Amino acid sequence: MRKCSLESMNTVLAEIAKTAALYLPVDEKEGRAAYKKWSEGTGWSKQLNTVRSPKDFFFPQVENLMEFKTEGKNIEIIDTRSESEDFVVFGVRACDVKSFEILDRVFLSEPVDSYYASRRAHGVVVAAACTRPSETCFCRTFGIDAADPYGDVAVWRTEDEVFWQEKTEKGAELMKKLESLTEECGVEAVEALKEKTAKIMDKLPLAGLSADAFGGDKTEKFFNAPQWKSLSEACLGCGTCTFVCPTCQCYDIKDFNTGKGVVRFRCWDSCMYSEFTKMSAGQPRLTQLERFRQRFMHKLVYYPANNDGMFSCVGCGRCLSRCPISMNIVKVMKTIGDKADE
Amino acid sequence: MQKVMRDVLVEKAVSLLSDGTVDRVLGWKRGEFSYDITPAVFESADKIRDDFVWNEFCGANFSKYLVAQTKKTEGKLLVFLKPCDTYSFNQLLTEHRFDREKVYAVGIPCEGMADIAKLKAIAGDGISSVESDGGKLCVTTVYEDAPVAVDAGEVLLERCVNCKSKKHAAYDELIGEEGEVLESGRFDEVEKLEKMTADERFAFWQNELSRCIRCNACRDVCPACTCEKCVFNNPASGAENKAAANSFEEKMFHIIRAFHVAGRCTDCGECSRVCPQRIPLHLLNRKFIKDIDSFYGEYQAGAEVGSRAPLVSYTKEDIEPSEVFDGRE
Repeated sequence: MRKCSLESMNTVLAEIAKTAALYLPVDEKEGRAAYKKWSEGTGWSKQLNTVRSPKDFFFPQVENLMEFKTEGKNIEIIDTRSESEDFVVFGVRACDVKSFEILDRVFLSEPVDSYYASRRAHGVVVAAACTRPSETCFCRTFGIDAADPYGDVAVWRTEDEVFWQEKTEKGAELMKKLESLTEECGVEAVEALKEKTAKIMDKLPLAGLSADAFGGDKTEKFFNAPQWKSLSEACLGCGTCTFVCPTCQCYDIKDFNTGKGVVRFRCWDSCMYSEFTKMSAGQPRLTQLERFRQRFMHKLVYYPANNDGMFSCVGCGRCLSRCPISMNIVKVMKTIGDKADE
Repeated sequence: MQKVMRDVLVEKAVSLLSDGTVDRVLGWKRGEFSYDITPAVFESADKIRDDFVWNEFCGANFSKYLVAQTKKTEGKLLVFLKPCDTYSFNQLLTEHRFDREKVYAVGIPCEGMADIAKLKAIAGDGISSVESDGGKLCVTTVYEDAPVAVDAGEVLLERCVNCKSKKHAAYDELIGEEGEVLESGRFDEVEKLEKMTADERFAFWQNELSRCIRCNACRDVCPACTCEKCVFNNPASGAENKAAANSFEEKMFHIIRAFHVAGRCTDCGECSRVCPQRIPLHLLNRKFIKDIDSFYGEYQAGAEVGSRAPLVSYTKEDIEPSEVFDGRE
């Protein structure tokens, strides 16, 4: 474990930014934070988390995949990818770090998504432990310890110091660059901090929430549960939950006619949208009930079925605080959990 | 604090349900915390008694739900409407979007709704409960031993700070006392924007709209946006776009939407209330309202059913486009 003073953070971040593009959560208006590129003097937000998740760094909302140019009868296919630059995402919370593992299982399993893989290879994740979780937090439900995050490097912030611990080879490389700016230290302060955070986690309203009722073998149990009707009744069908979610990974691929050719791009899509996965035979999920059900079944049943029981929710609480009608995965789990047969 | 208490509304709903006046009730349902309230349809007295809430976090405007819900109801649907909601209610009726015969509307007075983000900015995060006590909201958090008392007036939603009316524009029955149409400062921010240079204004909107994540929450909650299929969702329209190709296009989405609802927007403020990025979308709509007021005389969409809005009724006295053009900076 190493440490530096909070005062010296600008110098430390400057050192990181020398060799890689550095992004970190910065304050926006009205208590909101967003990942921004660091430049001299950019402050590290104290907000618990950003409105948009850091999944953008690896799976951006919109990206061009390739271009086609036609001349007479010839079609030229142009690979528009540029070499990804090395970058560091600093200040990622434990829940969001876990979300990368969930996305990896989708994009890095065969056939590997080379666009995603390239960004993963070039990115270093510096995770930041939570000290002031919110009532909307329930990462523990999914086995995540907010006070002890993974990532390539983990950091803990106290009133006046920042503690650093490398977790991977990539992390060790980063820490090597910071050798002269940090000093070796004991683990006592961090252990005390972890203990303090754990006690707060115990007191949170969602502390006892369990996902045990769900899992990969539960399709039949939940698919026709009568509660989906009332749960989805007020759903607006907007994409807020999916777009702020760190683990939602659905996208659409579309062609944009530039007049001189075609740009093929992909963009996030939302299972809440009426035209999601529309095929020649139409949209398979005819009403909002089916669309709504899809999102939660995917997180709690279908994803675990294909991924050794791992749920694709990390309990970050973004959908709890951002849904226009305050409907969310916690309400679904509590309403439907053991009562699907009723 | 709301002057009419929850229990009064619960009893009203239960009695209308039991005497057969209505067979379903559209109301606010309690959540996990004190503030995360979901619109819900209640079909039994027990459910109403257990789950119905009425407090400072019942911001949701139910008018738009009537479009879908009246189609699902055999008999009548009870809906509770705050004064601002009644303007959307009338506007939807003007546009023939739901069957008035299927609705029993109960008007309820409103003292303003709280903005949870403003409340958290003062009382902090980690909220375990919010209790209403007089004009105060008492917030208990996991971080402080004692509750923090915050003036409810200090944490109002923007639309409530600039409340345009405590008077209901429609109801079958009113609970509590009727209020008045208010003089509000709702155009002050618009005037500030008008006074900016074009470059400053561009920078303002660039900054605000650059945060848009294109979740469509503003459109989907908007009582003026009730097209069966929005062009932006329709692959056959040629205008479908799930993603903005560039930041200019993002602005176009919001500006086009503001044009589309111009003259029909009642300024209910739902767009800004639900925006996950807190983009002040209502300012676009208010600019239109302000312009319509100044070009055609004061007009409030939804003040009555069936009124001919200035933008859809031609008169010889209408302002000439050239006059509008000359009036620009």
